[in-house]
Parts: sequence; C-alpha cells; structure tokens
Amino acid sequence: MPRAGILVDRPYERLTKEQVELIHQASMEILTAPGLISFNEEAANILHSHGAAVESIPGDRRSWQVKIPEQLILNALDNAPRTVKLGARNPDNTLIMQGDEPRVYLITGSETNIWLDVEFPTYVHKSDASREIRVPEFKPRRGTVEDLCQSAHVCEHLEMVDGYIRTVNIQDREITEENKDVNKFFASLNNNTKHFMSGLTSLKQLDNVVRMAELIVGGKKALEENPIISFITCLVKSPLQFVDDTTATFIEVCRRGLPVAVSSSPQAGTTAPIKEAGIMAQINAELLAGITLGQLVKPGTPVLYGSVPVRARMDTLGDSYGSVETSQYNIDCAQMARFYGIPNYSTSGVSDTKIPGQQSSIERLFSDIVVAMSGPQYLHCAFGLLDCNSVFCLLQAVLDDAHFKMIKFFLRQPRIDQPEMEAALKQIRAVVTTPQKLYISYIRPVLRSGEISGIYPFEGSGETDDVLELAYEQMKDLLARPVEHIDRETTARIFEEIPGILPRLNVYERES
Amino acid sequence: MPEDIIGLIRENVIQGRITKDDEGMDEGMVGKPGVTELVEQALASDLPIQDIVTKGLSGGMEVVGQKFEAGEYFIPDMLASAEAVGVAMEILQPRLARSGIKTKGTIIVATVKDDLHDIGKNIVSILLRGAGYAVKDLGHNIDTQVIVDAVREERPQFLGLSALLTSTMARMADVIQILEENGLRDQVKIIVGGAPVSEEFAKSIGADGYGADGFQAVAVVEALASGTEN
Repeated sequence: MPRAGILVDRPYERLTKEQVELIHQASMEILTAPGLISFNEEAANILHSHGAAVESIPGDRRSWQVKIPEQLILNALDNAPRTVKLGARNPDNTLIMQGDEPRVYLITGSETNIWLDVEFPTYVHKSDASREIRVPEFKPRRGTVEDLCQSAHVCEHLEMVDGYIRTVNIQDREITEENKDVNKFFASLNNNTKHFMSGLTSLKQLDNVVRMAELIVGGKKALEENPIISFITCLVKSPLQFVDDTTATFIEVCRRGLPVAVSSSPQAGTTAPIKEAGIMAQINAELLAGITLGQLVKPGTPVLYGSVPVRARMDTLGDSYGSVETSQYNIDCAQMARFYGIPNYSTSGVSDTKIPGQQSSIERLFSDIVVAMSGPQYLHCAFGLLDCNSVFCLLQAVLDDAHFKMIKFFLRQPRIDQPEMEAALKQIRAVVTTPQKLYISYIRPVLRSGEISGIYPFEGSGETDDVLELAYEQMKDLLARPVEHIDRETTARIFEEIPGILPRLNVYERES
Repeated sequence: MPEDIIGLIRENVIQGRITKDDEGMDEGMVGKPGVTELVEQALASDLPIQDIVTKGLSGGMEVVGQKFEAGEYFIPDMLASAEAVGVAMEILQPRLARSGIKTKGTIIVATVKDDLHDIGKNIVSILLRGAGYAVKDLGHNIDTQVIVDAVREERPQFLGLSALLTSTMARMADVIQILEENGLRDQVKIIVGGAPVSEEFAKSIGADGYGADGFQAVAVVEALASGTEN
C-alpha cells in the first residue's frame, strides 16, 4: 500500500481555463523565439536531431541557440508518464503520483549549508532572583554527515513527512567532491526508509549511488520496480538556459530510466519578469524544454514538473520565499502541471526569517496551507528550513510536522451525506427534549474515531509561550527512537563495492 | 452474583454508560446493562445501598478522575460518567433516607436574571450530581426573587450562581444582598462562576466560593462541605 498523502478534494486554482491556455501558448512562442541557450552540446545535438533549430552562438563559452518546435514539445508531453512511482526501502512508504490527481505528498528539502543548534539556557530576573525563564538560543554552524544522519532519523519518525530530500549539506573535512554523493546517499538511506530524492554533486558518482540502491533493493530489476531513489536536476538556469553540467547529469539519469524532477527556479524581478504573466510563461517554457529533452533521451522517463518560482526581495534582490506572490506562482504551476497531466514538484513553507518563531510560523504556514490546497503531488515543503533555504533546524522540522497534521485535517473532505444527516437530525431531536440540552454525550464516539482535531500539541500550561521548548522535547524523543538501518550483510556489500563512504557511517562496525 | 453487580456498576460508571443503549468506551458494549439497569438489579437483589454508592458509583468516579488526570479521559468522558452517577443517585434517592445514608447535600443552581447562557451551569450540575449532591436546577434568566424564594423553601446547603456577561454578573450581588435582607444568607453557602467572574469579584460581593470551571466548582463545594475551604 502506498502512503496516503493528502487527497485534496477540489484543489484551489487561481487561473481560468483561458489563462492556462494563454500561458501555454506564450511558453510555446518563447521556445520557438527566442528559444533557449544550451551550454550543453549533447542536449543541443539531441534536440537538433529531433527537429529543433540549433545555431552555435559565437563567444568564449560554447553555447547554442535552440528553438524547439511546438509539435516536438507536444509529442514529448504525450510520452511523459502520467503516473510516477517513487519507491522506498519500506514498501509502505511508496509514493504513487498521478498527474491528474491532486494527492499531495509532503517532502523535506532542500540542502542547506548551515545547521542550527538550539539550547535553552535559564535566565534569572534582575530584580527578583526567584523568577527564572528558559529562553531558546540558536547557534548556526556548518552541517556535517552526522547532522544529515540525525535529520534523516528524525524525518523517518515525523508522521507527515512522506519522502526525504537531504536537508543539510555535508561539509566534514573528509568530504570531497568525489565522495560527497556516496556519503549523502548512504547517510540518508541508512537512517530513513522513505523515498530519497537528491541532486548529484558529481556525475562520476551516478553509477555508484545507483549501484548502492540496487544493492539495497536486490538488483537492477528490483530497482526499476521499486525506485527507492530519484534525482533532482536544476538543468535550467533562468532565464531560458540549459546549464552544461546539470544538463549532462539530467541526460544520464534519464538514460537510466530513473525518476527525475526537472527543476527551474526563476526569480521574479531579476531572472524572470516581475509580473505574474511573465514569470509563468517563462517557467512553464523552461520546464517544458527540460521535460522534452528528457523524453527525447529516453521516452517514458518518469519526470516531475519541478517548479520552484520565487519573487525577489525588494531590499536585497535575494529570494523572498515568504512573499505572497511566491505562493501564487506555485499554485499557478500546480495548475499548469495538472493541465499537462504530469506530477508537480512544488515548493512551500520556506521562510525568510533566520530562526523558529512567530515570523517563521506565519510565513511558512501561509504558503504551506495555500499551496497544499492547490494539490501539487510532490510538495517539497521546507521541513525545518529557514533563512530562505540556507539554514536547517531540526526543531523547526518538528514544528512543521505538527502544523502539517493540522493542514491535513483541514483538507479533509466534508462528510455530509444522507445517513450522516439523518443521524444528525435524530441527535438534534433527542437533545432538545432533555433538561440540559447538551450534545456532549455524542462527542465521545466521534472523539475516539479521530474525527475531532486535537489541541495544539505544543500548548503550554501557563502564561508563557512554551512552544519551542515542548517541540524540543519531542525532537529529543524522536531522536531516541530507533530507526531501521540497512541490514548488516547489505551494509557490508555496500562498503565493499562502493568506494568513499566514511567508515564511521557503518553502524555495525561502530557496534563492534 | 451480587458482588458482580457492584463491580459492573463501577465498570459502567467508568465507561460512562447510563443505559444499555449507550456505547461507552470499549467495543461491543451496546445492549449490555448500563448503570440504570444495574442499579435496579442491585436494588432488586437487596444489595446494600452503601455498597452501591461507595464501591460502585464513587469507586467508578475515582477511577474516572484518575484517568482524566492522566490525560486518558477528556471532559466529555468525565461528564458521561458523572451523568451516569447522577441518574443512579436519582434512582437511589428514595431509599437513601430509609437506609440511614446521609446525602452530601442539596445545591440550587441558576443563571441569573437577563442572562441566557447556561452551558457552564449545566455542566456544573452534571458534575455535582456525579459527585453525589442533589441538584435543583432553576434554569437560566432567573429572577432574583425566584432564587431567594427557592432558598427559603428548599433550604439547600449550597447555592450556585452563574453569569456569562459583565452586564449580568452584578445580579449575583443582588441575590446575596436580598438573601441577607431576608435573614437567609447564613443558612446557605454561595458559590459563583462564569466567564467574567473572578476570585476577587466573588469576594467583593460576599460569596463563599468561586469556581473557574466545573471541576473547580465541585472541589469548592466539597471544601465548603467539609469546612476546609480557604
């Protein structure tokens, strides 16, 4: 049985049919004129061999102007699977995404360089030493492979996390460009039995991480049937450019037939037009170009429409994930992906603030609620991320999980039908004749069936705000719970066959 | 088996089942006798009233209180059990006097004049019945004189007054003043409650106690009854 996710009954849509059509047509026009600039020769050649107009652009860097005809894109869209399966070490954590079904899976990510530690020192009131208060203090530091293990561990136990994208970049002294991929894949897969998606640091490591996954699931064919790993490739750099190295990675992943998110992250105001019509036409064009390339490399490659649009901050011109327009773009993209019938990799919950607190909760909840309502299938929803995706805080991830439980409850389908209404009328008629005129006795069966939402899980008992401290306690509880590691024999084979994994990640060696 | 009936009463109080039609907490309870049927069986079997009350009803409520404290039970569960005890006490009432068992006392409750809110007062009534008190509920929007007359006629040990509005809470002071003017104030302990009411307000109008919620109201009444109130 796959994970249930959140099935959104009637997804929130901002665009009319005419507006969807207008965006689609504008994207088609963009891809024929001006088209894209490809810095990857192989991509230019593949597209050229299928009818795209390709011209070399003079200059220091080798690049090609690629104009993709509309029919080529439409054919590619026909080849792209409508249903994408993302497997998992634990088959109960499988994700089945259908392009036309607004079933939302909640995923962590993306990688941040900074890990935010938290502690609660006690402060004493200056004029009354009997008055003490514990105040959260946050300390940023560079992420390590042990942090990644901890993050994967806690996310294994977070009920609302359906799949795992590594949340922290591993920057230990022993980690190099060459061994980063095998370590991040092993640390994540060994501490989490949910689906694992990642980007690649080095294309040279692709076969090693694929082999690792094959060893875990029991071979090449088993991996095809249960793709426990998938990839995210930012092959597009906005505006309208195929980047050389990530495009090369994308092509190789497609050749292996593994699921891949085609990602584009234009910033309205700098790398995309500031107004909605412009950024939507451009991001859609960029994603269709990537999807087209993938289907030309290997028809039927499972792809996700990976939209990560964002608006620029007006004070710094950095990303403003907390802005309301960012949510609007994401909602529009979910609708465009559904128009094409391709599962949507979407974004929500990123906040501009640096630490957990009120701003963080407001910013992330605002986008988490509205974007989830739009029904993207793979919602990369910034569990624990802060400071525009540059900081990860485990405590924040625990808070996010609690908040997503509330969102899931909110998105339940209304239960109003004939039997339900008959029972309600019977109840009303019975209660109004009683002296107390209270419905309280009818609460109990409903309470036990899970049909009543719970109180806020981190509610304090007094007149102080204990949310962060209570969430911290839960975080420690989750860390204390065991996780199901890869078995001893498979671990031994992985360490034998795959070079570069840090010996200390072998839990069995550590035990002995 | 007589012992089993007492045990079943206790168990059904914990389950919060008034009659055989109630679901209770566990699966498969519907159709089995509830507290009402079991108390009637116990009386038919001539079981001691004392055992029915202390081992069955109070014993069950004690467990319910523990479960509530432990977070296993919620207020609706507590109220269901209290209501079951209240119903049982009504059945037992005629026999209590004959058997020489003293009741815990009578309390008159009312929501004061011009106030139509009675949820809190109703919940307090259920809990007090569950705790073994005889409760006479006058209702809501009750004239001050009606309350005073009821105290004169019923001679309760306690009077509980409720108000939800800042504009009606002053009526509580009116009730106390008229009770004093009629020489009735000393014969009754008065507790007050309701959203705008506070401990300070209760003291300022000369009430004997204040309950912030239903559970505290019962605790205050118990303390006043035993003379251990602060």
